[in-house]
Amino acid sequence: MSDIAERVKKIVIDHLGVDADKVVEGASFIDDLGADSLDTVELVMAFEEEFGVEIPDDAADSILTVGDAVKFIEKAQA
Amino acid sequence: MRRVVITGTGMVSPLGCGTEVTWQRILAGQSGARLVTEFEVDDLPAKIACRIPVGDGSDGTFNADQWMEPKEQRKVDPYILYGMAAADMALEDAGWHPQTDEDQIMTGVMIGSGIGGLEGIVEAGYTLRDKGPRRISPFFIPGRLINLVSGQVSIKHKLRGPNHAVVTACSTGAHAIGDAARLIIFGDADVMVAGGAESPVSRIGLAGFAACKALSTQHNDNPEKASRPYDRDRDGFVMGEGAGVVVLEELEHAKARGAKIYAEVVGYGLSGDAYHITAPSEDGDGAFRCMTMALKRAGLSASDIDYINAHGTSTMADTIELGAVERLVGNAASKVSMSSTKSAIGHLLGAAGAVEAIFATLAIRDNIVPPTLNLDNPDVETAIDLVPHQARKRDVNVALSNSFGFGGTNASLVLKRYDA
Repeated sequence: MSDIAERVKKIVIDHLGVDADKVVEGASFIDDLGADSLDTVELVMAFEEEFGVEIPDDAADSILTVGDAVKFIEKAQA
Repeated sequence: MRRVVITGTGMVSPLGCGTEVTWQRILAGQSGARLVTEFEVDDLPAKIACRIPVGDGSDGTFNADQWMEPKEQRKVDPYILYGMAAADMALEDAGWHPQTDEDQIMTGVMIGSGIGGLEGIVEAGYTLRDKGPRRISPFFIPGRLINLVSGQVSIKHKLRGPNHAVVTACSTGAHAIGDAARLIIFGDADVMVAGGAESPVSRIGLAGFAACKALSTQHNDNPEKASRPYDRDRDGFVMGEGAGVVVLEELEHAKARGAKIYAEVVGYGLSGDAYHITAPSEDGDGAFRCMTMALKRAGLSASDIDYINAHGTSTMADTIELGAVERLVGNAASKVSMSSTKSAIGHLLGAAGAVEAIFATLAIRDNIVPPTLNLDNPDVETAIDLVPHQARKRDVNVALSNSFGFGGTNASLVLKRYDA
C-alpha cells in the first residue's frame, strides 16, 4: 500500500471505529463500514486536513469507497 | 385522574456512577468537591468543582466506554454522554425495554439541560476563527443541541412517544419530571424517561458563573468546605456535573407488569418571580407560590411534609428559600426536615432537580434524610431541622423537592410513599 493509502486507512479506522481488516480498497463507507451521511462529511474534512487538499462538494459526493478517496488524493497531489 | 409513579432511577454524579453508590456516599457525609486539575484555573476566581469520578467503572467510577462507543463520544459534549448513561441505568432499573409498536409509541423522553454543549461551542468558535467554516464538523450542531439527549436516548432504546426537552436553567430537571408526569396524566404516554444532564465544568463555565458572582471563591484551599448551605460563611455555589433520570410510569401500567414502585409523583408546582435575571425575589414569593401549588395538586397540606430537598445552593438565596418554607409550614416547622444535598455534590444546574428528586424519593424509600454538610454556624435561627453534618433516620412519607433557576423560574415536586 502506498503512503497515502495507509494514511487514509488510519483516518477511516479512527473516525468510524472499525477493524483495520475491514478497511480494504473496495470497502464502501456507508454500505460496508457503517458510516452515515454525516460521517462521510467528516471523513472528507479529515482527508482535506491530513493531505492539505480541497475536496469540493461535488467531488466529495463521488468518494464512496476507501479506494475512491485514495485515488482522488493521489490525483490532487500529483 | 391517571396516577404517576417512579419505577426506575439512574444517575451520574460527582459521588459516583449510579443511584445507589451516590446515595450511600451522600448518607455517609462524603463530598465530591475538589480542586480542578484538568484545565488551567490559575486565572479563575473559582478553582474548584464537584467532578464525576472517572475510572474503569469499578468502585463507582464512571467509564464512558461502558455507555457510548468511543467514536460516538467524540461527536458529543459530555452532558449527552451523562444523560445517555443515566437513562440506560433508569430503564434497566425499571426493567422497561419496550419491544412492541404500542409499547414503543407509548414511551417518551423528556431530558433537559440548562446550558447544553458549552465547551463544544467554544471549541468550534476557535475552529471557525482559525481554520474557517469548512472545518466545522457535521457533528457540531447535533452534539450540542439540548434536546439531543432525548433524541439519542430515544434512538438507542426505540422510544417513539413524545420527545421533548426542558430548558429552565437550574429548574430544568424538576420541570422535566413534572411536565413528563403531566404527559402521562394526559394520556400522551404511559411511560416517560425524564430528567436533566449538564457538563458545565470548563474554563468558560467557571468564568461565566463567577462573573455572575454566583460561585464560591473563598474556599479554593479547602474544596470540601466550600458548599455550605445556610452557614454564615457560605459565599456561592460549587459547580457540579452529571445527570439524573427517572422512569415515570402510569400506576396501572406499572402494577400490570409487576414493576417496583419507588414513590408516587403526587404534586407539581411552577411559578415565575418576574423580578431579576439571576437573583430570586427577596420576599421568596415565587418559591412560596410554587410550593403551594404543588401541595394543592397533591391534595396535601403543608403539615404533611416530612422532608424537603432544598434548592439551597450555598448562596445568599438560601435564607430566602428558608423564609418561604417557614411561611409555608407555619406551626409545623418543627416536624419538617430540610437539607441541601448540594453541600455534597455541588450544583448540577440543569441536572440538579432530577438528581435531587431521586434523593427525595430514596429518603421516602429508606426513611432517612441526607445531611447538609458544613453547616457549622447557621446564618439564621429556624425551628426547621436542617439536618446538619449527619444523615438522620426518621419517617418520611411525603417529600418535596425545590428547584429555582436564573430568570426567576421555579419548580416544586411533591413525592409520596406508594402503599399498594
